[in-house]
Amino acid sequence: MRRWLLVLSTIGLAALLLVPFMPSLVYDIFVMKALCFVLFACAFNLLLGHTGILSFGHAAFFGTGAYVTGQLVKEYGVPTDLGILAGGLVAALLGAVIGALAIRRSGIYLAMITLAMSQLVYFFFLQAPFTGAEDGLQRIPRGVFLGIIDLRNDTALYYVVLAIIGAGLWVIWRTVNSPFGHVLRAIREHEPRAVSLGYPVARYKVMVFTISAGLSGIAGSLKAIIFQLAALSDVHWHTSGDVILMTLLGGMNTIFGPAVGAAIISTLGHYLDPFGGWVTVITGVVFMTCILVFRRGVLGQIEQRFQHRSEPSTSTEVHAEPDTSNSPNGA
Amino acid sequence: MLFGVPLQALMGQLMLGIVNGSFYAVLSLGLAIIFGVLKIVNFAHGAFFMLGAFTAFLLAQHLGANYWFVLFLAPVFVALVGMLFEWLFLRRLYGLDPIYGLLLTFSLVLVLEGGFRVAFGSSGQPFSTPDMLTGTINLGFMVLPLYRAFVIVAALSSCLVTWYVIERTSLGASLRAATERPDLTQAFGINVPRLVTLTYGAGVGLAAFAGVLAAPIFHVNPSMGSSLVITIFAIVVIGGLGSIKGAIITGLGLGVVEGLTRLFYSEFSSTIVFLIMVLVLMLRPAGLFGREEG
Amino acid sequence: MPAKNAFTTIALSSAVLGIGGISSAVADDGYTDDVVRIGVLTDMSGIYSDLSGEAAVTAVEMAVEDFGGEVNGVPIEVIHGDHRNEADTGASRAREWYDSEGVDMINDLSNSGVALAVAAVADERERHAIVNSSSTVDLTNEYCSPYVTHYTYDAHSLAHGTGKSIVEDGGESWFFLTVDFAFGIGLEEQVSEVVRDAGGQVVGAARHPLDTSDFSSYALQAQASNAEIIGIASTGADAINAINALAEFGVTPDQQPAALLLWYDDIDSLGLETAQELLLTNAFYWDADEDTREFSERFYERTDRMPNMAHAGNYSSTMHYLKAIEEAGSDDSAAVSEAMREMKINDFFASDGYIRPNGRMVHDQYLWKVKSPDASEYDYDYLELVTTIPGEEAFQPLEESTCHLLDDE
Repeated sequence: MRRWLLVLSTIGLAALLLVPFMPSLVYDIFVMKALCFVLFACAFNLLLGHTGILSFGHAAFFGTGAYVTGQLVKEYGVPTDLGILAGGLVAALLGAVIGALAIRRSGIYLAMITLAMSQLVYFFFLQAPFTGAEDGLQRIPRGVFLGIIDLRNDTALYYVVLAIIGAGLWVIWRTVNSPFGHVLRAIREHEPRAVSLGYPVARYKVMVFTISAGLSGIAGSLKAIIFQLAALSDVHWHTSGDVILMTLLGGMNTIFGPAVGAAIISTLGHYLDPFGGWVTVITGVVFMTCILVFRRGVLGQIEQRFQHRSEPSTSTEVHAEPDTSNSPNGA
Repeated sequence: MLFGVPLQALMGQLMLGIVNGSFYAVLSLGLAIIFGVLKIVNFAHGAFFMLGAFTAFLLAQHLGANYWFVLFLAPVFVALVGMLFEWLFLRRLYGLDPIYGLLLTFSLVLVLEGGFRVAFGSSGQPFSTPDMLTGTINLGFMVLPLYRAFVIVAALSSCLVTWYVIERTSLGASLRAATERPDLTQAFGINVPRLVTLTYGAGVGLAAFAGVLAAPIFHVNPSMGSSLVITIFAIVVIGGLGSIKGAIITGLGLGVVEGLTRLFYSEFSSTIVFLIMVLVLMLRPAGLFGREEG
Repeated sequence: MPAKNAFTTIALSSAVLGIGGISSAVADDGYTDDVVRIGVLTDMSGIYSDLSGEAAVTAVEMAVEDFGGEVNGVPIEVIHGDHRNEADTGASRAREWYDSEGVDMINDLSNSGVALAVAAVADERERHAIVNSSSTVDLTNEYCSPYVTHYTYDAHSLAHGTGKSIVEDGGESWFFLTVDFAFGIGLEEQVSEVVRDAGGQVVGAARHPLDTSDFSSYALQAQASNAEIIGIASTGADAINAINALAEFGVTPDQQPAALLLWYDDIDSLGLETAQELLLTNAFYWDADEDTREFSERFYERTDRMPNMAHAGNYSSTMHYLKAIEEAGSDDSAAVSEAMREMKINDFFASDGYIRPNGRMVHDQYLWKVKSPDASEYDYDYLELVTTIPGEEAFQPLEESTCHLLDDE
């Protein structure tokens, strides 16, 4: 089974590397957009899946990254690479501030504070003269990466984006598998115990908030460079909702499940055009079905299936999940 | 003169704030009782508001039904739709992270809004004020359209009735018991699942009632409720999650605050509720009328 | 475990992306020069789907059919897409159409953010884009391109049409109800300028957030201003709610509302009872003359609705584009662009219309007044003509345009 997965993932990676050479099969700009959401969702899941914190305002970081990078590159002539870095840093700083406020509460209250703060950020970008409000910050030059790679070439841009997203995912993977990540999981499972063990829980939470926001910001920055624009929809609360949906759809108890979710949602958005006005309804029905049927998320469900096969002893634990279909009345 | 605004104008704006607050009160009350019992953020609340307005529109304009009949029938119909949704789908998610309920109701918004846009177009339809309620009342400091005065009366009566049912009747007593200890309540022979279904129906019924009230003055169109839900939820949180009284009073209060913001810093008027929410949650974690837990 | 996890992800993500890819491969196998392909990029599912949406696709299809389905023996094909009112979605769809689906021209483009983003792509890829249903004048100024045509109306024509005629008619003091968006604020500023230049005055303005449903507070503010004219600088649901509230609070008819961008469909939504006496500038009305009626009735048969100015613009601009291809004898973008700018436009939509070097199509605009319910004699009989605003007056004078293409001359 492991070998089978290895083969599949090698094919997958190879496919991603070959995208620019198959223009008739799949469109590279679309893949780049999907990749931005892949990083965004995985970064978001550092909080939701790995620390047990629901943020309902992550669009604030994504959009801030996009606007900061866009404005720096367009108006101040900052090199693209530094612009992206700055987008990530400002988003991280914002994440530290919002995180420090939000973690003073928990659960739904925390979610509401992040929502409220992101609405204030939205208001700021709506009012700020440089954003162009609903017209968006347009015609951001793509520039040159590291002084040598001309990003106006879509193929060059594609590999730069792929590399940065890959690096971002690697950071997430390292974070989750570091001692830091283990403490985060301890906080998720039983916060009072983590406190009594002497961990500075609040500081850990702010740190993970900062990392998550920074990576979300970089995702936004990349999107601004790819499309050469930053728009209000990037900071709108619908985007905060979308990222939650992506994460749950892919599986919040996995590291890269959200990536699958992001890919699915981007694909749905891209290929449902022939259905005209019905697209919203179809999307809604697909989401409902996923939430009701694949509760663990697509990747979570697959992992469970594999665990189920290879280690039958865990099957009882798997079925312990609350499910009304097994309710006393039904049985 | 007060803050550079004539007192008369200020009184007028306060009055309008109360009208607007009445809508918020009914909507947040519905959301609050659903959250109290189901522990789910009903993201489809705005969509049910829209459904109420549209049902009223269809009944009145196409079947020629009487406004008073519609005011009663549309919420009942929407409540039944809501109960069906709860019974078929929502109850499969109980006991899980509340985020699943939030996302399921969010998906329902897509289906409802999208469906109505396909069926009736995006630009919406006129709905005339019932003849009996056209005209105005002169309040001395302002001339108030009669229908807006009726909105205050109708909305606040429905809030009072709901409050009475929950706080003073045996049905309400079982409901409160089911909120606190569903297991024990079930053991006492009360059908908790049915109670939950009824609660969801009542909550979305209230949203639909607000929708019917809104139909003659706000433009009836498929997206009329879409930006409403986060505002309403902020109101419920400010009032204190699970507090009936809190939802009603905060709803009215926010209507007034929003009205005054429209006078002094109009651009900020749809955002101020979030600033207030942050401040309240920092100073009083359980909201203005909520009980501190633990 | 985590490593396995990562592999699965990559495998799955690419599988998903791959499946998507197949369907697009069916659509076209690359750019071919033996077909003229027109893409209608519009809001199919959102708040503007009535203003353009599926009916916009029909309008373009009608133009292609009326043209004969082929130009110089080359077949014409129409495809459509949904930009969901997101600039990046619009830009990405436009790029894909130009790059791998062989689309030669994109039409409609509702929503200013989308229009600007697609115009940028069109300029870069040197393919045509025709904007029919958004208003930003940036398209013919800072962001102009030889391949971008702004066809039906713009913020300047709306402001000058409505503003100037009303002041000349005696409506000298103005109060604005403005949506707090670039569109609304830009419109308010332009009309204010026109009003002041014509000797009127602006006594105040209230800026409301997008999607405001309760306008009662603003109605009172408008009333307190005592202005003769209430300029409504918003569109769709906001404008409808504003006009309703003005009527409900008795602000009208003492003070006259002027809608700066009201669509034909919005009058349908308001009902004549509330909308009567309203002034609005529109580039087209179905019942204006024999020719508009002929087109509109055919359009009505197919869509079950009367066309608004965007639909008429979609038809007329597609026709003009196809005629330019015929004239140029090729679908080469530069040659077509030249032909489009040389040929005059004479049809039911415009008489002696022409396209300036900055992409602005200049044609007459009309100020209309909404009929009272009694004066409306048949279905959709909504407007009567107040005055015709010559194109040269309605649109921004060429010397004021900051378009870089004008520097070269």
